[in-house]
Amino acid sequence: MDIATLKTPKNLITGAILLVILVLLATLPLYGPGYPVILLSSILMYVILTVGWVIFSAPTGYISLAPAAFFGFGIYTSAIIGKAIPFAVVVAIGGAASFCLALIVGALTLRLRGIYFAVFTFGLLMLIANSFNYYEIHFTGTRGRFVMVKGYDTIYFFMLGIFVLLMITATMIKHSKYGLALMSIGQEEEAAEHTGVNVVMVKVIIFAVSAFFMGAAGSVMATKWTYIDSGIAFYMLYSFMPVLMAIFGGMGQLYGPVIGAAIFTYLEELLITRFPEVYMLIFGIILVISILYLPDGLVGLIQASWKRFSVRKHADT
Amino acid sequence: MPILEGKGVTKYFGGLAAVSNVDFSVEQGEAFGLIGPNGAGKTTLFNLISAALTTKSGTIKFKGENITGLKPYKICRMGIARTFQTVKVFPDLPALSNVLLGLHFGMSPGLSSKDAVREATGLLEFVGLSALKATPAKDLTLANQKRLEVARALATDPELLLLDELMAGLNPTELAQAMELIARIRDKGITIIMIEHVMRAIMNVCERIMVLHHGQKIAEGTPQEIATSEKVIKVYLGDKAHARS
Repeated sequence: MDIATLKTPKNLITGAILLVILVLLATLPLYGPGYPVILLSSILMYVILTVGWVIFSAPTGYISLAPAAFFGFGIYTSAIIGKAIPFAVVVAIGGAASFCLALIVGALTLRLRGIYFAVFTFGLLMLIANSFNYYEIHFTGTRGRFVMVKGYDTIYFFMLGIFVLLMITATMIKHSKYGLALMSIGQEEEAAEHTGVNVVMVKVIIFAVSAFFMGAAGSVMATKWTYIDSGIAFYMLYSFMPVLMAIFGGMGQLYGPVIGAAIFTYLEELLITRFPEVYMLIFGIILVISILYLPDGLVGLIQASWKRFSVRKHADT
Repeated sequence: MPILEGKGVTKYFGGLAAVSNVDFSVEQGEAFGLIGPNGAGKTTLFNLISAALTTKSGTIKFKGENITGLKPYKICRMGIARTFQTVKVFPDLPALSNVLLGLHFGMSPGLSSKDAVREATGLLEFVGLSALKATPAKDLTLANQKRLEVARALATDPELLLLDELMAGLNPTELAQAMELIARIRDKGITIIMIEHVMRAIMNVCERIMVLHHGQKIAEGTPQEIATSEKVIKVYLGDKAHARS
């Protein structure tokens, strides 16, 4: 992005609003203890998984069901080395481990397209989960591991930090030539390749970048759960939720998945506490309705009503 | 030294020789035509040159350098650009972005985004699409999509341009415009190899023509030589024995 475009009044206002939100979020633990911080940590977790997923899968159309694998890799990193090393380093290593895993997996599988890629990534998740399970039972002789506990505020600040870093990265990718390359790959991969794009390289690197953030988030969240095993770390809902949340929020704009994940997570918390018996049922109904009536997600709804609003404004004058 | 040279280029699809032991040589600055009946192997040959397919045997040299076995993006960055027989634009991207991709990833990347937009606008003007630069590629007419492909290919700053049936499906007005466009591309000093079924176009534009049939080269020469070649006429129209029966 040019400096010039950053200076337009509209962008200045957006920037100011973002700054206020960020300051509010960063100072949140000062206003009071407890629940809001915990809730926001879970929200941030899903937001990071969703935006991380969107960076790669939204423009390319490659539906990855591997987020849980990368998330789980981060969790295990934290469980294995968390006690010996400063927390920030653990989180960085958790991200790096997932980054490397994604590099290898990406190099092997990103030549698959469409449904085959989705199925393979899901298979990968199963394979990794069961490999960890096998290793733990046969070599370490235990099923799970204890994770060094961290304070709720620490978890929250780390998640906020990862989130901010992720949003900056996502915005930079989207507005760079690599963002354009990802979209061209999604729309006509062969033509992109013949226009000078090293498609394998672009896909693998961005796939790995998105995995980095999922892994980092995993190594932070592990400390919240204190006990983990392969079933918890590689829980398959962590693969499906980002996809659903991204669709619910809408992928046309970067704020879509953020809003989608935030509302979705809050809704889940709300339903689970108010209506524990029927929460999944209500959840399912909301999902079906939103897919039927909001094909472009909340972003589409916002944009449509904004258009209606501005048209009316013109009609009045 | 020829800009592009092929020796014994061969490609099989299963047992079928799609391109069989074809030699060719294209000179710098020339317009070289590639014709032949359907299934003759013309597009396959393009795919081999641009590395969409890998050759089974034979070598292809670009400016004296062996390019056989390179990846498509490398071929593009060396200076060979192409268009596609079935149009392959980026449907949801505006025309301008279609061209921008070529500028950012072609032979001379590293443009600032401002310069790239200016260059892309210039190229859209060159192919006659400047009024449609914000239109998503899927909303363009076929003729305009083909022009957009040309602009995208030119954006990579090629020395050699492969045009696969640029004229197919165009109406007479569009055809005249396309021929005029090719002339202007040649004025830039870009070498052109074109596959074409529209004979009027290929006879007018090309200095030399190569004829493929069943994957083999059966003739090569000036448009006059090709038009009067008995072998070529036989391939296209059948011989007298067939005509009688």
